[in-house]
Amino acid sequence: MEKLVCVLCPMGCKIKYEAVDGKIVSVEGNRCPRGIAYLEDELKEPKRIVPTSVKVLNGEMPLVSVKTSKPIPKRLIPQFMDLIKKVEVQAPVNVGDVIVRNVLNSGADVVATRSVKRIGSA
Amino acid sequence: MKTDVLVIGAGAAGMAAAIAAAKNGLKVIVAERDEVTGGILNQCIHNGFGLHYFKEELTGPEYAERFRERLSEYTDAIQVLTDCHVLKLNRDKKALLVSPRGVFELETKVVIYAAGARERPFGSLMIPGDRPSGIFTAGVAQRLMNIDNRKIGNRALIVGSGDIGMIMARRLTLEGTEVVGVVERLPYPGGLLRNVIQCLKDFDIPLYLSSTVVEVRGKERLEEVVVANVDEHFKPIPGTEKIFKVDTLVLSVGLIPQVEMLDGLVSLDARTRGIACSSTGQSSCEWIFAAGNCTAIFDLVDYVTREGERAGEYASRYVVGERFTRNVPIVPGENVMLTFPNSYSDVDDLTLYVRCRKPMEKAVLKVGSFERVFEDLIPSEMIVVRVPKQKLMGLDRIEVTLAEV
Ligand SMILES: Cc1cc2nc3c(=O)[nH]c(=O)nc-3n(C[C@H](O)[C@H](O)[C@H](O)COP(=O)(O)OP(=O)(O)OC[C@H]3O[C@@H](n4cnc5c(N)ncnc54)[C@H](O)[C@@H]3O)c2cc1C
Repeated sequence: MEKLVCVLCPMGCKIKYEAVDGKIVSVEGNRCPRGIAYLEDELKEPKRIVPTSVKVLNGEMPLVSVKTSKPIPKRLIPQFMDLIKKVEVQAPVNVGDVIVRNVLNSGADVVATRSVKRIGSA
Repeated sequence: MKTDVLVIGAGAAGMAAAIAAAKNGLKVIVAERDEVTGGILNQCIHNGFGLHYFKEELTGPEYAERFRERLSEYTDAIQVLTDCHVLKLNRDKKALLVSPRGVFELETKVVIYAAGARERPFGSLMIPGDRPSGIFTAGVAQRLMNIDNRKIGNRALIVGSGDIGMIMARRLTLEGTEVVGVVERLPYPGGLLRNVIQCLKDFDIPLYLSSTVVEVRGKERLEEVVVANVDEHFKPIPGTEKIFKVDTLVLSVGLIPQVEMLDGLVSLDARTRGIACSSTGQSSCEWIFAAGNCTAIFDLVDYVTREGERAGEYASRYVVGERFTRNVPIVPGENVMLTFPNSYSDVDDLTLYVRCRKPMEKAVLKVGSFERVFEDLIPSEMIVVRVPKQKLMGLDRIEVTLAEV
């Protein structure tokens, strides 16, 4: 049996599985169904949530933290970072605001994880 | 100024404590020296927070914002003073506060101390060599990058493979700083496996186990860091030195509870180095309660929140006259590095946090007449169990052990 640690949440389940010709034939150790989806992705196309930040214009802070709304393919991460460096948003920003929709056609949005007020607003 | 409850620090612990006290109908003042509430959460922009408490995974700022919103639902009961440093706390329950508006005194009935932790500094490692610029603690590096939008260097080495060190390795890589490796003196990684995978393996960052930094070199800016293997007593082995040409060294070598302000007022625990607390959150000074990383370093903010709520609850009951008497010491035994709380007051079941001493495949945790089996134990992952009151009856000392099976 192969072993793999699910990274989707801090529980870090150790998933034991058997795969034949890339097909999963048995799985144990996952404490939630997301573990199976993770395992499937990991064998086909590993994906990760990417937390980072983007520039804010006229904000009370220079940056607003963001994350991808769902995991994106790992191989897209360098391209994703190149793109995100060029993004700028105008304050105010609220938690949950979509900053980039369907980023790199991954099906995931880039969403704000913090609110940043506009300079001078109460 | 007068209040029922003074909460010192508005991180996860302080915010939760304030809300719990307000729910009990008390008047609360929260003093926070930063300009915003949330504490360390604000700079931890990675995901991994809230899974237990909110049943969904959030980033640090999102977690902080949810509690900030909850706080604002109690504006009648809770007054939040940001940019306000509590300078001193006196035996007569009077605190001295400083803010840009001036210095003032506040009289309270009870204090909930929630000042968090600070990072072990470079000086404490006693590494020989120069003292050039380019050496940062992980928290300072994190703040510079995530809040102030600064790049800290071009090529970095990280010391310490705890979760914070590994998360910084990923963060620096994503932001274009080349991370040449993570150095760890233990023979196994200090943090969670999920972070070994998503922070190091994903980016091909080497992890050097059983290794330590033996010298730093550089005139103005850091130029070289010398790393050597260590033996089982963590002593560097001569002849194993490797030189890394880096301009940046990031230290992630542990957090220490912030306790200085209460020096002389309360007892500390020698193992956690934090405020010694009963299972009610009460310190050795009966009107001072404490919660969060100033009592012991917790892995997850979810636990900190729960501890804050608990301290808020019991502190409120203390204000209205309830007294918690029986305090049975809780002591770490076989294979146990530390336990929290430090003593048990039998008003309720015991929520016990335990850190093991070494990695173990399977072990039985024993607490009084309570037993439970745990698998895949590692020192960096706290065990949390609720031990029923009945299992602890009649004990005058509670020893916590982990027997390998
Ligand atoms: C880098 C890092 C990464 C982490 N990653 C995770 C993770 O992925 N998942 C997870 O669940 N947990 C994580 N944690 C742990 C979790 O974030 C912390 O345990 C928790 O947020 C600590 O809360 P606290 O309230 O005890 O302390 P803090 O957040 O430190 O709050 C203490 C507050 O008290 C204030 N204060 C101190 N002294 C005074 C004074 N005299 N007067 C006024 N104010 C004062 C400080 O300014 C601060 O705001 C991480 C921690 C760190 C440091």
